Amino acid sequence: MTPEILAALEAAKAAKRPVVLATRLPDGAQCLLPDPAQPADLNEAAAKVLQSDESGTVRLGDTDWFLHAHNPPLRLIVVGAVHIAQALAPFAGPCGFSVTIVDPRRSFASDERFPGVTISHAWPDEAMDEFVPDSRTAVVTLTHDPKLDDPALDKALKSDAFYIGALGSRRTHAARLGRLKALGHTDEAMARIRGPVGLNIEAVTAPEIALSIIAELVAVRRGSPLGERKKPA
Amino acid sequence: MNMSDSEDILATAAGWRAAGELVAVATVTETWGSSPRPAGSRLAVTKSGKIAGSVSGGCIEGAVAEAAMKTIESGTPQLLDFGVTHERAWEVGLACGGKVKVFVEKLS
Repeated sequence: MTPEILAALEAAKAAKRPVVLATRLPDGAQCLLPDPAQPADLNEAAAKVLQSDESGTVRLGDTDWFLHAHNPPLRLIVVGAVHIAQALAPFAGPCGFSVTIVDPRRSFASDERFPGVTISHAWPDEAMDEFVPDSRTAVVTLTHDPKLDDPALDKALKSDAFYIGALGSRRTHAARLGRLKALGHTDEAMARIRGPVGLNIEAVTAPEIALSIIAELVAVRRGSPLGERKKPA
Repeated sequence: MNMSDSEDILATAAGWRAAGELVAVATVTETWGSSPRPAGSRLAVTKSGKIAGSVSGGCIEGAVAEAAMKTIESGTPQLLDFGVTHERAWEVGLACGGKVKVFVEKLS
């Protein structure tokens, strides 16, 4: 790998720009894609690799290319700088998520409680407008406070977020769905919300609940049957 | 492959290179069967013996590191083939029964 290619890869990472490192096998000639100067079929194959986030070898003509997807991290927006969020944030990074904690309550959302984690003190609906959740974003609400959770869920339901989870018992969740329904959301749309959040592993402590949330995030991202929820009865 | 997983190894390798080490990077380019690490997984190796990342569950890392030394010396990339059908299966096969191809290149 040349210093130029390495520098271009690092620049793309810093700019959070998705790129594909294409390597011709076996001689090792490399380029970054997309690049209009490269053949259309190579650019098209690279676009597919970025979309699926699965690197692989493709044969174009009689040449093998290894197409290595370099997507920016998935995003996890956590509403509520609570105890569970403290357990969740350091766990989510190594699993591939760039974490932002949203909580206007500064005594909760402090650097001391969340060292090295991006924090927003905006109201959740404003924060969601700013972050614009896309298909590579997960939104998890943990405050238990409808004033904070509901506006975030309202915005999340209007977004392409691939995962929406809300902490709370079944009864809390039923009440929540009632409030969101009053805001105009249909039962079908609200089925996207995973409540109670996380895989059912009978989690009790904050780290256990964080584990159940991470486990469900991974299950959904990787297409595991464990990530499928039954429609609410 | 997500950056936080794959790219850190490249960043580590780049850091070693910047510090004056001779570095090779190995990348899984294809897998069949039950190989434990997906395409895109990286292993970085220095001539001085530092190792970061992985290209398997641990069964072929030694052989890949050995090949990486050759690439560090020659500057020539290599495409390695590991699997149960490989002649060297008894020596460095994948216990899981999977097969992988690994591309080894020098950081110039």
